[in-house]
Amino acid sequence: MSDKTLTRMDLSEAVFREVGLSRNESAQLVESMLEHMSDALVKGEQVKISSFGTFSVRDKSARIGRNPKTGEEVPIQPRRVLTFRPSHLMKEKVADGNRK
Amino acid sequence: MIRSELIQKIADDNPHLYQRDVERIVNTVFEEITGTMAQGNRVELRGFGAFSVKKRDARVGRNPRTGETVHVLEKHVPFFKTGKLLRDRLNGK
Repeated sequence: MSDKTLTRMDLSEAVFREVGLSRNESAQLVESMLEHMSDALVKGEQVKISSFGTFSVRDKSARIGRNPKTGEEVPIQPRRVLTFRPSHLMKEKVADGNRK
Repeated sequence: MIRSELIQKIADDNPHLYQRDVERIVNTVFEEITGTMAQGNRVELRGFGAFSVKKRDARVGRNPRTGETVHVLEKHVPFFKTGKLLRDRLNGK
């Protein structure tokens, strides 16, 4: 299905086309967006982008895991995980765009 | 943090830019990501994470209230996988 993967470079190219900034500055702005979002998440904050989706941090408690290959039990430490919940609009667009 | 707070932070870092341009920049990035997934493609942002599209097969569902069976068509849903760097940072590494 996927024939082309979008990267930072494509995002900065889109910013470059949209606003009359240099390619270099466009790239820095994309980077700074991701950094601000990451920093908020690391602080435990939710990042809620209307009509896009919500990133939230969840605490997972310790549990006993198992190595699926060897069957060996291994303790899994408590950890924080990031979840993304797409907005209704994004779900709709992705569903509509990929419908045959 | 919400969209307007993100825009404000970037505007504060870049006093030489008009607020409305910062808004356009931020909106462009999110629209690009959604648009790419709507075309069935992936967005890979190393260190942050990757957005992809997953296919959900058609299935026979059930209305939990009436017990009636319903045919749910195949559909595609957005999916996000956290990047290694961010995952490590969340856990203080």
